[in-house]
Amino acid sequence: MARKKAKKNGAVEKKLVGVADTVISAAERSKDPTLSIPVRSLANVTFDEKRGMIEMGRRKQARSFFNVGMAKKFMQTVLVADALAELQRADLTTSLREIYYRTKHTIRNSHENTFDGQNESDPLIEDLEVTLAALREELHVRAENSGTVVGPLVLVDDGDRVDCTRLGKGGYSVPSIVEPEYIQITKCTADFVLLVEKGTQWNRLSEDKFWRRYNCILLTGNGQPPRGVRRLARRLHEEKGLPVYVLVDNDPWGYYIYSVVKQGSINLAFESQRMAIPKAKFIGFSSADPDRYGLPRNVGIKLNDKDINRAKELLKYRWFQKKQWQDEIKRMLSSGLKYELDALANKNFQYLTKTYLPRKLKEKDWLD
Amino acid sequence: MSKPQLKSAAAPASTQPPEPKATVSAAELGARQREISVSEFFTKNRHLLGFDNPRKALLTCVKEAVDNALDACEEAGILPEVAVRVEVASNGDSPPPASQANRFRITVVDYGPGIVRQQIPRIFAKLLYGSKFHRLRMSRGQQGIGISAAGMYAQLTTGKPVQIISRTSARAPAHYFEVQIDTKKNEPRIFENKKIDWESHRGTQVTLEIEGRYQKGRASVDEYLEQVAIANPHVKLVYHTPEGETKEYPRTIHELPPQPREIKPHPYGIEFGMLLKMLHDTRSHSLSGFLSSDFSRVSSKVAQEICKGAKISPHTRPRNIHGETAETLYKTIQSTKIMAPPSNCISPIGEKAILHGLYKQIKGDFYTAVTRPPAVYRGNPFIIEAGLAYGKGPEEAADKPERPKMPLAEGEQQEDDNELANVIRYANRVPLLYQQSACATFKAALDTSWRNYGVSQSRGALPAGPMVIFVHMASVWVPFTSESKEAIADYDEIRKEIKLALQECGRRLGVFLRRREHAKSEFRRRNIFELYIEEVVEACSRLKGGKLAKEKLKNQLQKIAKKRTGGAKTDEALGSRDGPEGLPHSIIVTAEGTEGEAPDMPEVAPSEEVPGDEKESAPPAGQKTRVDSKTKDKTATPRRQPKPHGRKKAVLRPAKARKRAKPGKS
Ligand SMILES: Nc1ncnc2c1ncn2[C@@H]1O[C@H](COP(=O)(O)OP(=O)(O)OP(=O)(O)O)[C@@H](O)[C@H]1O
Ligand SMILES: [Mg+2]
Repeated sequence: MARKKAKKNGAVEKKLVGVADTVISAAERSKDPTLSIPVRSLANVTFDEKRGMIEMGRRKQARSFFNVGMAKKFMQTVLVADALAELQRADLTTSLREIYYRTKHTIRNSHENTFDGQNESDPLIEDLEVTLAALREELHVRAENSGTVVGPLVLVDDGDRVDCTRLGKGGYSVPSIVEPEYIQITKCTADFVLLVEKGTQWNRLSEDKFWRRYNCILLTGNGQPPRGVRRLARRLHEEKGLPVYVLVDNDPWGYYIYSVVKQGSINLAFESQRMAIPKAKFIGFSSADPDRYGLPRNVGIKLNDKDINRAKELLKYRWFQKKQWQDEIKRMLSSGLKYELDALANKNFQYLTKTYLPRKLKEKDWLD
Repeated sequence: MSKPQLKSAAAPASTQPPEPKATVSAAELGARQREISVSEFFTKNRHLLGFDNPRKALLTCVKEAVDNALDACEEAGILPEVAVRVEVASNGDSPPPASQANRFRITVVDYGPGIVRQQIPRIFAKLLYGSKFHRLRMSRGQQGIGISAAGMYAQLTTGKPVQIISRTSARAPAHYFEVQIDTKKNEPRIFENKKIDWESHRGTQVTLEIEGRYQKGRASVDEYLEQVAIANPHVKLVYHTPEGETKEYPRTIHELPPQPREIKPHPYGIEFGMLLKMLHDTRSHSLSGFLSSDFSRVSSKVAQEICKGAKISPHTRPRNIHGETAETLYKTIQSTKIMAPPSNCISPIGEKAILHGLYKQIKGDFYTAVTRPPAVYRGNPFIIEAGLAYGKGPEEAADKPERPKMPLAEGEQQEDDNELANVIRYANRVPLLYQQSACATFKAALDTSWRNYGVSQSRGALPAGPMVIFVHMASVWVPFTSESKEAIADYDEIRKEIKLALQECGRRLGVFLRRREHAKSEFRRRNIFELYIEEVVEACSRLKGGKLAKEKLKNQLQKIAKKRTGGAKTDEALGSRDGPEGLPHSIIVTAEGTEGEAPDMPEVAPSEEVPGDEKESAPPAGQKTRVDSKTKDKTATPRRQPKPHGRKKAVLRPAKARKRAKPGKS
């Protein structure tokens, strides 16, 4: 892919080579080579109220080579670091899957594979991201393109001008790396960004040219928004000063997606600084909406045990402690129901674009 | 053997005539009452002597002849060497295969002291004639009935006389005899008696032709001889099977066991009837003299004490003591404090010899042996010995590599070792092959909590696993549950001793198993590290753009790995050097070699029949088989002999298939 800024990232390569240095210097001192890897779990994140984002704590786990339980993981980590360094040197980007294939082979004099599945290599990439404090983009690892954008926005991608008002209903497929080196925003006249959870709603809005009537940029990540989508929203927010509204299903997963966009993810908390949009607003679908918009009870779906547990967990998150959020979640729990955005079609097919969103925007009916 | 029963049956019935019945007068009965010859008795009760069925009969004949040969050699101070040949006998036409045949010729040759000419007929053709009955001394035979009973069985089933060749020295001629029993008179009938040329300078050869059946497996001739070899590593045994194979059991201990000494009976050990008989038979003229000279551990002081306690004058003539007086005497003796009998009259096999025997005959990874200190039951001194052979041996493990673990489908089962341990039992070095469950040894093995030693065991069962449990009772008088000498009676003192011996074996096994497990896991750890070190070093080298001293890093990492996995200790535990620390009288066998008191195995000639002169003796010491494990290759691997028989657990391990490294040469 992009070749130009590669030499700039000598710093990342150095960090990767540092993994080898850890091994070499430990061996020199007859010590057990050990990597300290920041713990990627809820227990190791803090919420910075002032900045409104999740930050990674200081807890680290030791991954030692001469420990039967960790030896293989240690070896695998070094192999992944090696593959990532190779990418840096060759100035290529790649996918998680290709990293897996690149590092997979049979260990000499054995029948054992270095990796037996991608599920073994993926977490190691995240480990290296947090350990070396390098973003995945900086490591040249991309995710699948699964985000789409339309609206009054002009971009330059690999030298090609992309006018997002002229891409029909389909829109522009957001690449996974949207850093300024790769994508430049040349023009943006929109008033806000609407980040929609599901492709179906995004299609509805795009088809109805909602973006034109309300002068906004429509973004979707088809579920949990991928890094490219989050990063693009963040850039539009930061560089162009656009407010970001998040439209998700009314279920605990929807709340969680919103929180990731707003405060950052627990898993890669250290990236919050570049990804989180602390000022993003939750525009819906709220547990108060069925009442307010007169949706019949029978278009709701009963919360299952997993939903209930998840919701109860969310109630404990530091960033959901505001009263309005506690009310919001508790209301869902007490109703025992969740609602999909699609349920709005019960009213009529264009209820979302013609009634629901316009009223929300007019009433400034959102949660922060 | 049915000594007591035979005797009572043979005793004149007139001493206590039965109460006359209405229909038969005493006179009529009296007319019918007459002496029953022991031979006639035998004809009717052959099961009592081990001839219940043709298969067992074949075994019993071999056993009687072999036991006699070993007894004779040992008593004469000659290292025993015995050849056994079992052939299918046929009347002219081509013989059927061994498994179908019902007639066999058994020939047992020893190179022992031989038998003087005049005695030969009576030894082989007169029941209750022998040298061992009238004494209290540890030996295999006791009754003076064994070989003549076998001869009589031959006579009954095939009509063929017993053929004997015997020679007492190189200067004396060899005598050839053909004899049978006159069953009425219990006297020998001589068919042939001549001097012949015989290649052996000394020894005895017995040939019997009998009806029998040959079948391998449990309680077979093969098993018997194999077990003889285990408990008697000082014996060289050659066995020509009816299927034409030759099995050699080489000698691994080159000295005789110490001669057991004859002792007088201990007062605690005799029964009332015996006391009466002794009182009658004694040469002493006074009670005190009788007590102190006919019993062991009765000093004149103790004799006085007994007389005083029983209120009988010490000068009473022993012959005059009977009835109530005798009973009082008997009771007083039992309640008087008398020193335990001397135990030097017993000659145990010894830990070293048991180890050698087990090691030689049974494939395994671990061997141990325990000889208990002497103990006493009912006035009879005895010694219990126990041994264990555990595992399948490194060869087997190597032959059958661990199958890759696959998830099991429904109905599939881990084909694992749910086989139970095998108990091999001995009384005075003679294998006991029948009535296992009635035997004190077996009960003690069940009683032992093997689980404490890392072996699984279900309730009321033998422990599970590839294991052979060896138990030997040596005594001047082994108490059998019945006359057929098949199971040892379950006296508390005996069972307790057996359990103690087994527990000690078990404890050592536990130590071994734990140690091996530990070593294995350390080894596994090290293996993991070694495997990954390569990968890590390569990856580091690439990360460093090829500017890395790879070998150095690798060595450094390997050193750390070794240190972290127990270092040299693990090497040791894995069997590279040094004896089995903390495990006395044990042998540990690994793929690398053998540690502990393992015998050097003499080279054995190829398994073809050795024609003519079978008296080829073991090679001179020093010319031992030692194959360095490092140099083992296909050509150095000796051919394996065919498996001797169908027994699963104690797989006979031909000596020449054994390879071992000299300890310390790893
Ligand atoms: N191969 C032999 N060499 C020398 N003497 C022998 C040999 N076989 C038997 N004898 C002598 O013959 C005697 C009788 O043997 P036999 O087997 O009948 O009885 P036993 O061995 O004394 O007792 P058991 O009935 O318990 O076997 C023995 O006591 C022994 O003295
Ligand atoms: Mg005998």
